[in-house]
Amino acid sequence: MSAPTLDRPTDEAALQQRFDATIAADRRIEPRDWMPDGYRKTLVRQIAQHAHSEIIGMQPEGDWLLAAPSLRRKAILLAKVQDEAGHGMYLYSAAETLGADRADLTDKLIEQKQKYSSIFNYPTLTYADVGVIGWLVDGAAICNQVPLCRSSYGPYARAMIRICKEESFHQRQGYELLMTMMGGTEEQRAMVQDAVDRWWWPSLMMFGPPDDDSPNSAQSMAWGIKRHSNDELRQRYVDMSVPQAQFLGVTLPDPDLHWDEETGHWRFGPIDWAEFKQVVSGNGPANAERIRRRRAARDDNAWVTEAATAYARKHAGAVTEGAA
Amino acid sequence: MPHEETVYDALDHAHGGEGHWAFGTGFDEPLAGVDTTVPDGVDPADLGAYCLMLGDDALVLAQRLTQWITAAPELEEEVAIGNTALDLLGQARLLLARAGSVGVLGRSRETATASIPDEDALAYFRDADEFRSTGLVAAQNGDFGQTVVRLLVASTVRLAVFARLRESRDPVLAAIAAKGVNELAYHRDHAARWVLRLGDGTEESHRRAQAGADAVWPLLADVLTATDVERRLVAAGVAVDPADVREEVHDVLTTVLERATLRVPAWPADTPPRGRAGEHGPELAALLETLQGLARRHPAATW
Repeated sequence: MSAPTLDRPTDEAALQQRFDATIAADRRIEPRDWMPDGYRKTLVRQIAQHAHSEIIGMQPEGDWLLAAPSLRRKAILLAKVQDEAGHGMYLYSAAETLGADRADLTDKLIEQKQKYSSIFNYPTLTYADVGVIGWLVDGAAICNQVPLCRSSYGPYARAMIRICKEESFHQRQGYELLMTMMGGTEEQRAMVQDAVDRWWWPSLMMFGPPDDDSPNSAQSMAWGIKRHSNDELRQRYVDMSVPQAQFLGVTLPDPDLHWDEETGHWRFGPIDWAEFKQVVSGNGPANAERIRRRRAARDDNAWVTEAATAYARKHAGAVTEGAA
Repeated sequence: MPHEETVYDALDHAHGGEGHWAFGTGFDEPLAGVDTTVPDGVDPADLGAYCLMLGDDALVLAQRLTQWITAAPELEEEVAIGNTALDLLGQARLLLARAGSVGVLGRSRETATASIPDEDALAYFRDADEFRSTGLVAAQNGDFGQTVVRLLVASTVRLAVFARLRESRDPVLAAIAAKGVNELAYHRDHAARWVLRLGDGTEESHRRAQAGADAVWPLLADVLTATDVERRLVAAGVAVDPADVREEVHDVLTTVLERATLRVPAWPADTPPRGRAGEHGPELAALLETLQGLARRHPAATW
């Protein structure tokens, strides 16, 4: 928070008023602006969860890096996983503009005090999963994230613009892999269908609980942190994905899926929220492994970080002495 | 229309019709459009074998570095290691494609179907005894200290060779080397900075970096010994004699280790080429099993 200056109001009510006016005018809040504690906390929670999702999200696809079936696919996947590390970095930086600290947020992730997207708790069983994650999981992420490019918090909104561009590229690469596999052998087509069967419902859950059961949504909408409701975005995703599935030649695993002439939407069957709650609360197929690996990266390499810090300290000292 | 809506449109409708996102489908040969004629007086079999040596080194080291992804000490390092592995993978693809273009495919075509491009036939359908990588790149990563020491040594050797290869009489090899030099200079610099930090960091990091150097140095024994293929190609003005880079490599490594306050291990006695002759330990076989398993299980598939 910036120090009050002469031309700035200093009492809380006036600050609040100025903040509300900025939000109402659809302008951006910047790191040095006054903001309510709840706004700051909500943003840190949301941005950290998003950053954690990028970093944990490297794992399910990363599991295929060593075994990618062609050198071209290996290069594409490696570049994608590298982009995800980059996204994590921008997002942690955005959280740091709010006073958070990357190492501390990482600790909270490892201690499971902060969450990441539950979708990454499902395992990647075949190479088709790499394509389906690109198409469906990145597709759902884009639906969620495009509105965040207009988030009321400036650094987050700006980070999201770049992230969305890259995610959109990843989504197309995923779809392109699936198109290629569908044009391959019978076995490859079966792999694609199987992957779609496993990822479709979890991808619908990525939009969060239904609107009537989403405790934080209303306040986030009022603050301009969130722009559309969970159910709105989910519907948009389904409407987008059905024609893509048809073009690809796969069946979405939902017997209730049908076109509703009247509303112009694809209507889908009930989501198994019990499964969602299981996975969110840490009982998904891969939760323990995801956290174990993140913890190992931190703990096994702690000596490296300590060395880099010690070296920087020694040599910063040397420069100062030299300059003196 | 607000920006947001146009983005959704681009995702959804703008690519409608037959083109529906499937842009870029299909495979671009890395050497597409390049004149791959073999220069006069050069044996294509030798040229291909030499490309395999350089290409396999890059492929195997890229695979080793990739093992660090999701396990690196910092996110910045995830990105840097990923970058380095991508550069090496790019070099491997060009070099394997060059070997394929002069008809050097070994036994790979006995199992790889016609739809599989040369670079993948060579990467995925050769057995360990047909690989020409050295033991320096095949060795296990060890800890982060040993990993960066190995990267320092391997990129110092490769940079010295590539810098000279820019003058190769094979224009394809010369072009690949010219592109690679910038990449390798970055790899060497990145690794050297880590060796400095670790050597001159904490007591523990110094100990680990020293142990890494002590483990990596013996792997140099056969790296700078020329094979018969290299000797013939040196005479034809195509290849670099690895013995010619010995002094430069020695000087660079000594400078970095001394500045890192590390003891420079004794240089190993020269031995006849092993990896270059297809003699490998079990670590390469294990690495190849992971690399090749999926592709080999589906030899008729298109990816």
